[in-house]
Amino acid sequence: MTNQKIAAAVGILCILATACQPVKEYQKSKLNDSEMSLGNRKVEKTELSFQAYREGASGANAGKSGGGCGCN
Amino acid sequence: MKKFFLTAFGIACLLKSFSQQTPDTTGFGSRKLKVDEINLVSSYYGQNGDHAAVTGGIGTQKLTDIANVFDIKLVKYDKKFRKHAFDVEVGIDHYTSASSDRVDLNANTSASYADTRIYPSLTWSMENEKKGTTISAGVSTSTEFDYQSFGANIGFAKKTKDRNGEFSARVQAYFDQVRLIAPEELRGTGTAKDGGTEGRTTIAASLAWSQVINKNLQIAFLADLVTQQGFLSLPFYRVYFADGSVHQEKLPDTRFKIPLGFRANYFLGDRFIIRTYYRYYKDDWGISSHTVNLEVPVKITNFFSISPFYRFYNQSAVKYFAPYQQHTAQEQFFTSNYDLSNFNSNFLGAGIRLAPPKGVFGIQHFNMIELRYGHYTKNINMNANIVSMNLKFK
Repeated sequence: MTNQKIAAAVGILCILATACQPVKEYQKSKLNDSEMSLGNRKVEKTELSFQAYREGASGANAGKSGGGCGCN
Repeated sequence: MKKFFLTAFGIACLLKSFSQQTPDTTGFGSRKLKVDEINLVSSYYGQNGDHAAVTGGIGTQKLTDIANVFDIKLVKYDKKFRKHAFDVEVGIDHYTSASSDRVDLNANTSASYADTRIYPSLTWSMENEKKGTTISAGVSTSTEFDYQSFGANIGFAKKTKDRNGEFSARVQAYFDQVRLIAPEELRGTGTAKDGGTEGRTTIAASLAWSQVINKNLQIAFLADLVTQQGFLSLPFYRVYFADGSVHQEKLPDTRFKIPLGFRANYFLGDRFIIRTYYRYYKDDWGISSHTVNLEVPVKITNFFSISPFYRFYNQSAVKYFAPYQQHTAQEQFFTSNYDLSNFNSNFLGAGIRLAPPKGVFGIQHFNMIELRYGHYTKNINMNANIVSMNLKFK
């Protein structure tokens, strides 16, 4: 099962790598839309905090990985 | 409402005064420090459940939290035309917690019923647009009655030659102090840590690769390595053993976590954006977890969008978890904190975003308003609601 997952992940990576097209700055109007941002948006800040407190997992661009308590 | 308009008007005036500085004639941006944007994020969070860790995995988890975060970003260009950004953020949370009130079982609304957390931070970054590199550094602190945290971070990012890919790396360190407040009935018995403080250190290394695939699609791979050392339990969490005796939560003094994430955002046609996120997480306490997030902002007009979202999360329990009165004296580590138990959760909601070109309510610098509501449920009888608002001034 693990090998299948790794193979699927490698396959997706290969497809994405070959799918890359050169995009010039003037062609990035859609990519630069604020809702296309690859990070978390400001309005999500407190949602990510409560999820980090109420769940065992955190990190990887989804909430802080340390500091503060908020554990009540 | 009156306060809201006064705040918005005040910030707009502040921005207007900054924006009336000497115009830039260099063609490379202002050498003077200018306000780039100001954000206010406010939220109200309320939860309920019946597995409070303070009372050993039983009892009310009723909690409310009002959070306000003020964030101001200042920018300037230096003589070498490098862009310096300073991000100053101050957050204040005020929460009430029915379970914290039960640190003393005999108290009827004790001092621990409510607390305020203050968390300022300062981040500086310097971007060399010519080379496509950015370096950054930041410090932060968080203070509440029984917890003090100091943080520092440094980062580096480098864009590819064609500016369609970016690699970034960041190291964060947190140095925390936990004030030892034992459950009332364990104080002075010699069986619990009580009085003074204990330290907790967290070091997190984050790596990310983002890539533009085409004019409509961009992706990112994210990986963290997190190590924690020190007092990782909480001193006021009770654990009831099978023999009826009560103990203070006890967890190992090290923890190693690996979260791996993937994001893909796709602009479908002219109106739909599909935002996706997946995270796999594993740690050496026994938690493995999957998180899937999907959000679809729909642009009703160029300046108004509605964003329904859904998030699914599941996790396995830590090796040291057992419910109320199921631990035994043979165990070295024990907790009845249901946040570390086996569960899955659903988070469903929607947001609206308004960013008219002439400003919100016609106030020129009032650039954007975003409102968001989400309902959160765990399959272990816990639920929460959160309403958030972001006001952006530019």
